Amino acid sequence: MDTLLLSRIQFAANISFHILFPTITIALGWVLLFFKLRFNRTGERKWMDLYLFWVKVFALSFALGVVSGITMSFQFGTNWPGFMEVVGNVAGPLLAYEVLTAFFLEAVFLGIMLFGASRVPGWLHTLATFLVAFGTTMSAFWILVLNSWMHTPVGHELRDGIVHAVDWWAIIFNPSMPYRLSHMLLASGLTVAFLIAGLSAWRWLRGHRGAEVETGLRFGVILGAVLIPIQILAGDMHGLNTLEHQPAKVAAMEGNWETQGNVPLLLFALPDEETRSNAFEVGIPSMASVILKHDPAGVVPGLNDFITAEGEVMHPPVAPVFWSFRVMVGIGMLMLVISWAGAWMLWRRGVEGMPRPYLWGLTGMTFAGWGATLAGWYTTEIGRQPWLVQGVLTVEQAVGDIAGGMVLSTLLAYVAIYVALLAAYVGVIFHLARKGGRYDAPVASPGMQPAE
Amino acid sequence: MAMFDPEALPLIFAALMGVSILLYVVLDGFDLGVGLLFPFAEEAERDRMIASIGPFWDANETWLVLAIGILLVAFPVAHGDILTALYLPVAVMLIGLILRGVAFEFRAKAPLGHKRPWDAAFWAGSLMTALAQGFMLGMYVMGLEWTWPKVAFAALTAGALAVAYSFIGAAWVILKTDGVLQRKAVDWAKGGIWGMVLGMGAVSVATPLVSARIFDKWFRFPEIVALAPLPLMSGLLVALLWIALRRLPTANDSFAWFPFAGAVVLMVLGFFGMAYSFYPYIVPEQLTIWDAAASTESLSIILVGTLVVLPMILGYTVLAYVIFRGKATKLSYD
Repeated sequence: MDTLLLSRIQFAANISFHILFPTITIALGWVLLFFKLRFNRTGERKWMDLYLFWVKVFALSFALGVVSGITMSFQFGTNWPGFMEVVGNVAGPLLAYEVLTAFFLEAVFLGIMLFGASRVPGWLHTLATFLVAFGTTMSAFWILVLNSWMHTPVGHELRDGIVHAVDWWAIIFNPSMPYRLSHMLLASGLTVAFLIAGLSAWRWLRGHRGAEVETGLRFGVILGAVLIPIQILAGDMHGLNTLEHQPAKVAAMEGNWETQGNVPLLLFALPDEETRSNAFEVGIPSMASVILKHDPAGVVPGLNDFITAEGEVMHPPVAPVFWSFRVMVGIGMLMLVISWAGAWMLWRRGVEGMPRPYLWGLTGMTFAGWGATLAGWYTTEIGRQPWLVQGVLTVEQAVGDIAGGMVLSTLLAYVAIYVALLAAYVGVIFHLARKGGRYDAPVASPGMQPAE
Repeated sequence: MAMFDPEALPLIFAALMGVSILLYVVLDGFDLGVGLLFPFAEEAERDRMIASIGPFWDANETWLVLAIGILLVAFPVAHGDILTALYLPVAVMLIGLILRGVAFEFRAKAPLGHKRPWDAAFWAGSLMTALAQGFMLGMYVMGLEWTWPKVAFAALTAGALAVAYSFIGAAWVILKTDGVLQRKAVDWAKGGIWGMVLGMGAVSVATPLVSARIFDKWFRFPEIVALAPLPLMSGLLVALLWIALRRLPTANDSFAWFPFAGAVVLMVLGFFGMAYSFYPYIVPEQLTIWDAAASTESLSIILVGTLVVLPMILGYTVLAYVIFRGKATKLSYD
């Protein structure tokens, strides 16, 4: 295998592993702040039980996010030197602002949030919890600004083949940023909603019937039921934005080869780039045109428009984009059904009345957010190929001249360690759930007293 | 944007990067050193050693991200040259950092029977990181060339930096603990200080021999007179540290801070020596900081943010060290 393909697989492996953990910590930070504020206000022990259980999951996820993030920051230099050489003038300041405004904030206050409860006044501990949540969100903001700019670059000019920033306001608020940022923050919220609901359901099934387990289950299901319709709307708007700026990606998502009207919404198909057509198509007639153009006759761009006169393919590989998109949407629909059914049952009968198969279903959905998030990122990132920065720089131009064998050896080492850590992470989360996280310390411990 | 002098910007960023590297080596140096000392400690002692670094390690490691970030954003060309030349040791370091960082959490949260393997992972991760960083230091001094004699020198600095980290780690344990563990740490420090002397000596001797330019900078008159205090102070400090370690721990715990402070000063002296040698080059003898710098407008916008945010970062970092001052006690979330 050649260096380019191996470097891409290595980057994909690193970033796929990395994104799992920020996806949890971004929203879980705010959820912990909510639990803490509820405890401050009500003094009810279940809120502190919830805080103390989920702060462990947070600490573990945070550590995994930090160490895998450091790997990311080195990958630019070791494998993709062309990226910073060409677009460093834009990417550099955005990454620098992430480190300066987010990394130190979250890292320093994490120590106080985790271990400072008995050493600092209650308000400072709550403030530290807020600053950690704020820091993770700022980090997401800057990294999504950069990622969105790579999809929809504006506000720059090329001088001697090097990108120079002209308008920072335009760069930061580039056309796809608001959609991508909302979509990702909601994805994080849903991931945490199903993580909390799933793990609480599992604890309930195993006989942990404490108030904190019941409240956790209720909280997770309701959070999921509230966020999923907003996410579907945000995703739809993101798709329309992509149609405007990256039509080749949408063509691959839809498996649409020819520019035409009355394009069907394909539920199943096997896209084939050799024959440039789909096999075994099953679809809803004209539905893709309706979704993308709000008109059954609406003309949707097709993949064949993105072949140059020299025969060079300038659209992404079709099958991976087509299928990742369907996996993401499929999990989203499942989330909608499960969370709304759960909300209805909570309203009618409460947690006690939830049937066991439903609770097992929720348990099975514990890490569903990860699946949808990864599938979504594969759709958008593979959908940008062959470009690294749309219309400015291809991945082939940016890859570093490293021997293929060397990349292969590091790739194998990373993958081995990631598989082991992922197994350990999921194992430890269920181990913590089995142990339960009861809050047995005296309620009067300093720093944790409810506000009067 | 003409807010900043375009000629001064690369110099400012080189200084910022240098300070970040120095802070990283000192701060994560003691974390990594504590990890390296794990095999010499009993299980209960390990918990206390972890407690002494638990609230700090994540922020300490962030200085590495800032240093590599500045290299990435302010000197993009050098960033590619240096990191592709150091591809393998960087990968070893990253895997080491991953193992070390996650072991902190897993050893406390995994089922009890898994604690020992995670302690082993903590040690192995710390060792991989320290060796890889020492190796990269050696390769950098040798001009990033992969020839056998130069790799052999890098292997020497790899070992020396690992032992030096264990010295500053032991000095941290002396400062943050008491009783049997503190007495053990004094013994560890006595062993580790020679790694520090060996490493600094090897780099000091080798650097001028590799480059005639650097040799000239150090040994021409009158510079040699002005620079003489640097090695003399280092030698004096090593002697004082040795005397202190023979008398520690004292009855009322006085001077428990001295080995750590001494180790920090030694690292600062060594750092200034290296900075003086390599200036103005960022890729040794090939690219100066001005050759490698990013565009003026990009550096300006980063500098604005840096000047606003860096004092805040320093402020809350100090706050964290104040909150967790004194002898380390058991870590708990409530």
